[in-house]
Amino acid sequence: MKILVIEDDAQAAAYMVKGLRESGHVVDHAADGKDGLFMAGSETYDVLIVDRLLPGRDGLSLVEILRGAGTDTPVLFLSALGSVDDRVRGLRAGGDDYLTKPYAFSELLARVEALGRRKSAGAAATTRLQVGDLEMDLLARRVRRGTRQIDLLPREFRLLEYLMRHAGNVVTRTMLLESVWDYHFDPQTNVIDVHVARLRQKIDRDFPTPMIHTVRGAGYTLRA
Amino acid sequence: MPDLGLLRTTTFRVALLYLGLFLASVLVILGLIYWFTAGFIERQTDETIAAEIAGLREHYRQRRLPGLIEVVNARSATPRTNTLYLVASPTYAPLAGNLSAWPDAAPDSDGWVEFEIKDAAPTPDGRRHDARAVMFTLSGGYHLLVGRDTRERGQFQERVLISLAWALLLTVGLGAAGGVLISRNVMHRIDAINRTTRQIMSGALQERMAVKGSGDELDQLAGNLNAMLDQIEQLMVGMRQVSDSIAHDLRTPLTRLRSRLEITLVECAGEDEYRGAIQEAIGEADRLLGIFSALLSIAEAEAGTLQRSFHKVALADIARQIADLYEPAAEEAGLSLDSDIRAEPVVLGNQQLLAQAVANLLDNALKYSPAGGRVTVVVDGPDGSRGAFISVSDGGPGIPADQRESVLRRFVRLESSRSSPGNGLGLSLVDAVARLHGARLEMDDNRPGLIVAIAFPRIDAG
Repeated sequence: MKILVIEDDAQAAAYMVKGLRESGHVVDHAADGKDGLFMAGSETYDVLIVDRLLPGRDGLSLVEILRGAGTDTPVLFLSALGSVDDRVRGLRAGGDDYLTKPYAFSELLARVEALGRRKSAGAAATTRLQVGDLEMDLLARRVRRGTRQIDLLPREFRLLEYLMRHAGNVVTRTMLLESVWDYHFDPQTNVIDVHVARLRQKIDRDFPTPMIHTVRGAGYTLRA
Repeated sequence: MPDLGLLRTTTFRVALLYLGLFLASVLVILGLIYWFTAGFIERQTDETIAAEIAGLREHYRQRRLPGLIEVVNARSATPRTNTLYLVASPTYAPLAGNLSAWPDAAPDSDGWVEFEIKDAAPTPDGRRHDARAVMFTLSGGYHLLVGRDTRERGQFQERVLISLAWALLLTVGLGAAGGVLISRNVMHRIDAINRTTRQIMSGALQERMAVKGSGDELDQLAGNLNAMLDQIEQLMVGMRQVSDSIAHDLRTPLTRLRSRLEITLVECAGEDEYRGAIQEAIGEADRLLGIFSALLSIAEAEAGTLQRSFHKVALADIARQIADLYEPAAEEAGLSLDSDIRAEPVVLGNQQLLAQAVANLLDNALKYSPAGGRVTVVVDGPDGSRGAFISVSDGGPGIPADQRESVLRRFVRLESSRSSPGNGLGLSLVDAVARLHGARLEMDDNRPGLIVAIAFPRIDAG
């Protein structure tokens, strides 16, 4: 993916750019809002990573201008302001996701890749998802792996749907909490892990190759 | 404060105004007194003269001039009389009476005249002998004068005036003195309050305003100031506790983190050891960041600015979702988690924060319940006697009644919970969220265990 990082803290930006490049992405960096706006407007990117507080122009207005000009590149806001209000304001300004500093790089990578994927998936309404021999019928709300029908609770269905939509990518615990339960706080105990363990029981038990994998220090990934 | 300041004070100005009004009323009263005393004497003089004239006129009518002269002579001979008589010829030569000459004064239109008696003996104090009289011209050109010596009357009037003047002077003096005394007293108390305020500002935080116990406005002011100071002191104690706790609960793990990295750098050789040390360090850093974000959430909830973004929130939905989120974890811990939704109350609030508060309560319940226990989430109300509430009950060790206040403070953890993970901020956040919503955090004995409820205020309509 081609990613533009608009971040004024040189050291933070250097880490981010290095990490993203090592993960196989093409990364440009803009150190202030003016340059960032110019670069985002003149080149095509898959994802923009925008710091909320920038010299020259703040991140919120930058994204508003981009959106006003018809650019629909997915935007991930980065901010040290982590309050509920700030998150809402960021998303309302046209951001697609919001990550609070300090963040784990694995979390950033997972979210950036999820955003890039969302765009390539396009707006086409899917009714079926398939990863390897795992099939999900979104209309009938049925799941089967190979020939076997798998019964899932509603929350397990939503969990698996999210994992399948992001198959091959790392999905973090907070991403799961946000997408399945729509909550934005850090669960203190292992609540999400237990849910995934339950799902894993149903999907992977009795099959020779497991599909749900734990990514240490990051989250989970589903792959065939 | 210098005495000049007295003139600038409000109390003194008020006292002065009162003195002015008081003086005006006293002047009116004194005027009335003068009218009723000195004025009465004056009117009485005129009436006495009129009565004399009436008598003399009777004599004159019966016996003409000789009769009149006879009567005048007889009356003039009365010793120590204050009445003056004089009958004079058409050329004003005295014929009878106790005046030696016709006075050289012109009567007014009613015939009244005031003049000085020249022939009387001078008074001991050397004052003029004044008189007031009526003059008539009789048939044949003769003249008659009847009057009264007004020396005594004048003396009396003068005395009354002097008394009144003294009364006035005393009134002004006493009033002014009283006003100054009263304003001085009030100013003294305000001065005391100002003095104490300055002492407190210069660091004597334990100082308080003196309260006399009279319950007047100044006492109420002092009482309110004291209550405000107590509240500020409480907040400051709380702040100090928080900063102490931050110093302890954040610096300790930071120091641990630092020395672990340092030792690793000095001692370790293998890559695996480095990797392990770094992973531990990341874990420690994550815990520290968790503490920071919890503190920020609490601060955000306490600031109250989130009330601007309140929406209608269904408490039962939150209970169902969070119970759904925690149900597998509870089962894992060998606990049964039930939700008991008895009503569908809707409150104004912040969905995310309320959900996090309930999640924190469930976290605690799961952490402290013994295996095989039961955790219940209840949503009920509002009904007649109480508002809506959401509660979480467990079968754990509970919190002794005398420690329920203190566990709400930041970083406070009971001895019994020291061994389990946690940062002592969970209930602080729940409390802050409850207060943000105008709700109360109620803790009760679940016999055994703890029952914690976020109780919303009762709303009468809607």
